[in-house]
Amino acid sequence: MSNLRAMYIIWYRDLLNFWRNKGRLFASFIMPFLFLVIFGTGLSSSMFLLGQGAQGEGFNYIQFLFPGIVGMIVLFTAIMWGISIVWDREFGFLKEVLVAPISRTSVAIGKTLGGATIATIQGMVMLIFVPFVGVSLSLGQVLLLIGLMFIFACSVTAMGIFIASRIRTMETFQVVMQLLLFPMFFLSPALFPVQNLPSWLGALVRINPVSYGVDSFRQSILEPTVAMSDFRMSLFNHTMSIPEDILLVALFGIVMVFLAVRSFSTQE
Amino acid sequence: MNKIIEVEHLVKRFHQIVAVNDISFEVEEGEIFGFLGPNGAGKTTTINILCTLMKPTSGRVILAGFDVVRQQNQVRRSIGLVFQDPSLDIRLTALQNLNFHAFVYNIPRAVRRKRIEDVLRMVELWDRRKDAVRNYSGGMRRRLEIARGLLHYPKVLFLDEPTLGLDPQTRHHIWDYILDLRQRESITIFLTTHYMDEAAVADRIAIIDYGKIIALDTPDALKKRVGGDIVTLKTENDEAAIAEIRHHYSIDAQRDSEGLFFEVQNAEEFIPLLINNFNTEIHSISLRRPTLDDVFLKLTGHQIREEAGGDVAMRRQWAMRQARGQPGRFR
Repeated sequence: MSNLRAMYIIWYRDLLNFWRNKGRLFASFIMPFLFLVIFGTGLSSSMFLLGQGAQGEGFNYIQFLFPGIVGMIVLFTAIMWGISIVWDREFGFLKEVLVAPISRTSVAIGKTLGGATIATIQGMVMLIFVPFVGVSLSLGQVLLLIGLMFIFACSVTAMGIFIASRIRTMETFQVVMQLLLFPMFFLSPALFPVQNLPSWLGALVRINPVSYGVDSFRQSILEPTVAMSDFRMSLFNHTMSIPEDILLVALFGIVMVFLAVRSFSTQE
Repeated sequence: MNKIIEVEHLVKRFHQIVAVNDISFEVEEGEIFGFLGPNGAGKTTTINILCTLMKPTSGRVILAGFDVVRQQNQVRRSIGLVFQDPSLDIRLTALQNLNFHAFVYNIPRAVRRKRIEDVLRMVELWDRRKDAVRNYSGGMRRRLEIARGLLHYPKVLFLDEPTLGLDPQTRHHIWDYILDLRQRESITIFLTTHYMDEAAVADRIAIIDYGKIIALDTPDALKKRVGGDIVTLKTENDEAAIAEIRHHYSIDAQRDSEGLFFEVQNAEEFIPLLINNFNTEIHSISLRRPTLDDVFLKLTGHQIREEAGGDVAMRRQWAMRQARGQPGRFR
């Protein structure tokens, strides 16, 4: 019970700080906007329709790209949430938390849930681009997508928090995260399909947990509108379904939460 | 009187450096206990162990009846802390900071508002309760931290250099709160400082240097150890003056940046005597009662505020900060 209270207040403070800094919410639109509208339009205007079948149906590159950009926003926001730990350490507030009569486990989990909630909110706000992209989403799809984003965000936030708990300065955190973030983003099916990749690149994409998160977003957003069976992730020649995708993401997340909790428990 | 803190053979080692070297002491319930020593002496390390932020290398600490290693949560509930470095969320308001604290310490909802108002009024920040802490001055932030430290009615309040970096007026103000607090609540205060005048308010003082307690007594008893009044001389030729004083009065005078100084009983009568038959030219002469500075100097052979000059102490302090994983405070 006291652990739940502690998780709640840690989570609540993260949201409070997020809300007090609303400017960030809007600033974070610039990058996906550039990707979708400029990069997406530019590329799709010189690319054939993807998945063009005998009936002439299929979908264009912007539609393909959109779930990838949703994944990008969730990934970036979630992983960067770790910086709030480094910030708290640098400004001293972490001490107030570490010396409080609450378990370190609940601190780490509360932080993870806080960052994941914020990343999910950012991802949801991305849905305002849906009409522009030309897909339609039912309420059920939106709810499914929110669930998928939250699980994905929890996994990635836990990773960010695990790394942040070992880092002392903001500068180091920024550098380490850039080194991690871009490979994780580019080595995923966010920008291109995995089917025709050379085998070395295909292998790298398949060991990246972000790939399965993005794949689950793509399936949940596009599948009902357009047939995209040719563009799903596959592992050992098995085509992944949404539950399989998110199970892998969740397994990765459990390992990361465990590492984050353990790293927090030994903080002095 | 009950013992609220018992420390037995406490040792803390960071790699090569022994930050706390086998110290033992007890603190009585309701007293102000001062921990006095230069920076890098091991004060903050000791506090960190007492408040469960750090594990001792060896030794035992019992606080309010609980073991600080094995019963962390009970200890944490029994203590309030004002750290040397700020520990507020400056993006939030005073109210939000206190609400967070009240929630974490499980203060019942029914009394939460009342207590928050009480502590904020006590430190005179009630009118500014809805301002972000970012806009507070250093003194206001420290007052808010004191208010926060008291919010959950701790048995022991730790004040680690509570007035560090504050101007004299604010320091004075904060001390008024602390002394007033002690009048009203029967709280035990554990204080570290390197300001001698601040340590003098304590009921008992432990003097710590290089990780060891070298004296533990009431301020008055400690001052008596110096033995007499302090006479400071500025002369034309210090060497000659020292030799002359030793020759005539068998007193060993010492030198520091101020000039020569020595201790003597009944200095009022001694000074005219000294001047009447002194061959070296005297520029100035002054007399004062012993202070804790003199006690420290007498016990350790060095001055408490010379930390900047003390190369060994500096390196020690730096190494301890590194080992504790704290980035420099002034970056």
